Amino acid sequence: MPIILNHVNCIYEEGTTMEVAALKDVNLVLQDEQFIGLIGHTGSGKSTLVQHLNGLIKPTGGEIYFNGEDIHDDDFDRKKLRSQVGLVFQYPEHQLFEVDVFSDVCFGPKNLGLPKKEVELRAYEALKMVGLEDEFFYQSPFDLSGGQKRRVAIAGVIAMKPQVLILDEPTAGLDPKGREEILNMIRDLHEKMKCTIILVSHSMDDVADYAERIIVMNHGEVFLDGTPKEVFSHKQELEEIGLAVPTVTDIMHQVKELGYPVDESVTTLSDATDALVNLYHNVKKYY
Amino acid sequence: MLKDITLGQYYQADSVVHKLDPRVKLVGTIAYIVTLFMFRNLTIYLIALAFLVFTIRLSKVPVSFIVRGLKAIVILLIITALFNLFLTPGEPIVSFWRFSLTYEGIAAAFYLAIRLIFLIIGSSLMTLTTTPNQLTDGLESLMKPLNKIKVPVHEISMMMSIALRFIPILMEETDKIMKAQMARCADFESGNIIKKVKALIPLLVPLFVSSFRRANDLAMAMEARCYQGGEGRTKMKPLKYQKTDYLAYLFLLVYLIVAIVLGKFFPLHILQV
Repeated sequence: MPIILNHVNCIYEEGTTMEVAALKDVNLVLQDEQFIGLIGHTGSGKSTLVQHLNGLIKPTGGEIYFNGEDIHDDDFDRKKLRSQVGLVFQYPEHQLFEVDVFSDVCFGPKNLGLPKKEVELRAYEALKMVGLEDEFFYQSPFDLSGGQKRRVAIAGVIAMKPQVLILDEPTAGLDPKGREEILNMIRDLHEKMKCTIILVSHSMDDVADYAERIIVMNHGEVFLDGTPKEVFSHKQELEEIGLAVPTVTDIMHQVKELGYPVDESVTTLSDATDALVNLYHNVKKYY
Repeated sequence: MLKDITLGQYYQADSVVHKLDPRVKLVGTIAYIVTLFMFRNLTIYLIALAFLVFTIRLSKVPVSFIVRGLKAIVILLIITALFNLFLTPGEPIVSFWRFSLTYEGIAAAFYLAIRLIFLIIGSSLMTLTTTPNQLTDGLESLMKPLNKIKVPVHEISMMMSIALRFIPILMEETDKIMKAQMARCADFESGNIIKKVKALIPLLVPLFVSSFRRANDLAMAMEARCYQGGEGRTKMKPLKYQKTDYLAYLFLLVYLIVAIVLGKFFPLHILQV
């Protein structure tokens, strides 16, 4: 069930001196089961954009279609929409409130009005999915470590079994190990649950390894949209708007500048390693 | 919803009122409030209205912005007006069961509503044109004499400025947590009152947790910069009266005299009661 955005505009504080256009004429089609990286600078409108997708913010102009229906039609069931388009906010651990981890994860499915057994089953599955050990299930969420809290919060959203899962900067404030774990977990989720993933980030390195499509936002507009290879071939434009290509792509560019014949469009670490090993063998052959 | 609360917010604009010394605005607001409650007749409210219109025009704050602040007190206004309308003893116009609408009630409700509305508009005009920092600086300087009788003036004003500073932050936080819970299908709007109160738990618990966290961080940051209270503390921008401030004081004095004289000797009444 694709999400279609048709000429979406969003203006905050319209008519005052503080008027800001957060989104300007955004047109997108978000296909099923895609792993999408949404990238942009702070204030580029990426967080605003994802809050439009589950109807938390109403656009000041344009329409959003989910499943072929306008989500702001009067008879559209927005509660159902929110269970199908799961949104994990930045620092999601700030939303935890229950006495123990398990009941907190139950909150979402319980709000859907499911029977108790189904609620608990879903919560259990979700906690397993994010890789939290059983021993933590009945602890207070406030006693967990930062990375664990974040997993619990993410489990709270996936327990509703969304078809689209949006994660707003899921790695912010985590150490490198926690970051790696969360990103791998998201990839596993994508494979197991067969849902669309929209990963919001300002770091190219976060998304380069995982995403099959990258959307770059700048000043509320869609700046680039394509496969990682296509997007990262615009190295100069990206640097002009204050973003960078992934570290590996940057290194390959430098190798190329030194005069070695390598493919500078690689975006992942393993491709880069292959390219360099090839280069090494070629060089050995000639000299 | 939360955006409707303009009380305690600052509206950025370049105007004479914005540039006034905060002490002038504080004294002015107090004088204005005093005139509102001094007499109960139409004259005083016409003068106060003129004063309001004049200062609002000077301040360049859009009227719609100020009026938005009134939305927050509409319910309070309606309830108090209803109580006054029907529960004031006097000459009845219509009566049913135990309640009767009286002339005195109409007058009481009218004056009360006017006073409340003018009070809110006047004080929000002050906070809209003064940054919280200026406001507490002004208060601290006005209350300085109380230091002599061992009132911790600096500490009080520091607490106030921190509290004011945190209003927008906590509002933003509330908005964020509310959205995060709505993304988990929380429902804050429907149901009876018990259900609605219960629905607030997922909002209030995270809000309390984050306020404590913020308070802790702030205390730490203040101590890291060797904050130790008001003793021997100097200001980067000490308050100093300018020419316009003296003019504003003069204007206030004129307003007070006019309000007192006209209010006392030329009272107009809506109803002859």
